[in-house]
Amino acid sequence: MTTDTRPLSVAEDRGGPAQPILLVKGLRKHFPLGSGFFNRNRGAVHAVDGIDITVPKRTTLGIVGESGCGKSTTARLLARLIEPDSGEVIFDGEGVGIPNGMPLKELRRNLQLVFQDSFASLNPRMTIERAIAFGPTVHGVGMRDAIERSRSLLDRVGLDPTRFGGRYPHELSGGQRQRVNIARALAFNPRLIILDESVSALDKSVQAQVLNLLMDLKEELNLTYLFISHDLNVVQYISDAVMVMYLGQVVEVGPVEEVYRHPRHPYTKALLSAVPSLDPHRRTERTPLSGDPPNPINPPPGCRFRDRCPQAHAVCAGIAPERITVGPGHEVACLLADAASGHPDATGRNDR
Amino acid sequence: MSDILAQTTTVPALDLKPRSNNYWIGVLRRISRDRLTVICATVLLALILIALLAPWLIPADPYKTSMIRRLLPVGSPGHFLGTDELGRDMIARLAYGGRMSLLIGVMPVLIAFVIGSAVGIFAGFAGGRINMAIMRLLDVFYAFPSVLLAVAISGALGQGTTNSVLALTLIFIPQLTRIAESATTQVRTLEYVDAARMSGASSLTIIRVHILGNVLGPIFVYATGLVSVSMILASGLSFLGLGVKPPEPEWGLMLNTLRSAIYLNPLVAALPGAMIFITSMCFNLMADGIRSAMEVNE
Repeated sequence: MTTDTRPLSVAEDRGGPAQPILLVKGLRKHFPLGSGFFNRNRGAVHAVDGIDITVPKRTTLGIVGESGCGKSTTARLLARLIEPDSGEVIFDGEGVGIPNGMPLKELRRNLQLVFQDSFASLNPRMTIERAIAFGPTVHGVGMRDAIERSRSLLDRVGLDPTRFGGRYPHELSGGQRQRVNIARALAFNPRLIILDESVSALDKSVQAQVLNLLMDLKEELNLTYLFISHDLNVVQYISDAVMVMYLGQVVEVGPVEEVYRHPRHPYTKALLSAVPSLDPHRRTERTPLSGDPPNPINPPPGCRFRDRCPQAHAVCAGIAPERITVGPGHEVACLLADAASGHPDATGRNDR
Repeated sequence: MSDILAQTTTVPALDLKPRSNNYWIGVLRRISRDRLTVICATVLLALILIALLAPWLIPADPYKTSMIRRLLPVGSPGHFLGTDELGRDMIARLAYGGRMSLLIGVMPVLIAFVIGSAVGIFAGFAGGRINMAIMRLLDVFYAFPSVLLAVAISGALGQGTTNSVLALTLIFIPQLTRIAESATTQVRTLEYVDAARMSGASSLTIIRVHILGNVLGPIFVYATGLVSVSMILASGLSFLGLGVKPPEPEWGLMLNTLRSAIYLNPLVAALPGAMIFITSMCFNLMADGIRSAMEVNE
């Protein structure tokens, strides 16, 4: 089954296959507290605090982390739904949000977002075929062509357009609505789709169907995914690389098998050991992590994980760990991985 | 692969009848199924028609006084609904009075609905400091009781129907703006608005396509509730000599002038009040019906 791509052509590959589709450097967003006239300067929520991301073309990068670690804020920053405080975003070699860079409208045609809440992300008063057609009409496609395209996309995501096209969102199930949201994102012929917890609210069997659909679409349409989730199994299944976030910072990033097999950061280890296992020999003996992450309002200097880290040491309070390479494409921000850090348990770079 | 997908997503078809694509046709269809709303709409339509066609429907003159036929009770020969304190035929006065009452009840609300919605939606969509500036400015109006404010504005502008319509409009704008602003603020944070922004659409397009349909419902219902308030406030202004002038038939004014006759002829004295009650009741119930018909996820 091929998708009709007539009305909106696929944006060309400008940078070539070696150019990462998305390159982010030092992305930062602090939400100031108190919006009134009289209560300024009470500090800020450090939602995203200087993160670097590299997403090669036609791959899937999974972003994992606890709730409140800045995953969704990152998604919204990349889509420019909120303006970052600082940081560089380069989409296929073109700067975003800078003078003479890529125009916002152009970025949003190339980069689409699928949200977690399938119901809230659809206008309740709009039939689904119109919801999908809305995007192309903004980009100058006539309503008739847009509807036609919307119907072929509905077909592509597995919904019969004659039966579902004229329905309203509340008449669909969660999985069907999420298919509609995917179709709406596809209507732009994007090259990068950010999936912000897009399958988290679905039950397991539907989740598997939608994941398979996403994998097929990726192959067929040469898509790149940024897959945000708290579900480590799903991330392992769909991603090529994985990025672990903690309190607005990246603590570990690397190829998914490498990170899952040999996690280097204590937080990643704790996360992975928290995944329920069906194998009785591998069951978790003790609670891997206790307590909540510290308050993201004006976090203290040093490593942000040190309060909950089983291997924390006095030096962790003083030095904020930098990301260092520990393997091919595998980077970790922890003093344990840096032999020169002064941490007593620190090991060499390639020493496991 | 896609065949498997198609199979697994197939749900037993509940209704296979073709659905209309147009949202408003669906709304009309749902209204037509709601008997109460249809009755209320019919009553309102009849009241408007009677008011408009009064010169052809009502033989009696609403201004002709008669000292010997003062305060005739309901059911008197020749004056089926009796006469008022100056002997004028009540049927004629109620019919002609509908013109002014409906005008003064609906017009300020209508104008305020348009302005208030525009300002409120703008404030709600813009958010931040613009929102705060607009809303705090409008809060000034809330410092005064609305009746006092109406009297003050009307008094400052001078006597006359146009001025009282203007005064009432000014009173309703802050209220409707506040409703519009809160509805818009609520809708704006929903993800479908973000999704619309992701399409690269301009703010105006997003408001037109995605915001309006979802906020006009609650504003509309609140506005129709104001019609009765408007009619009663207008009658208060008339009573103070600021609105409609005495010989002119108007329900609120008639209610005021007939109040002296309430012990002599209570039924006649209550008639203008009954008209106001029926009208505002119908407006409210109809608004409720339209609101629930506009609700897609019933």
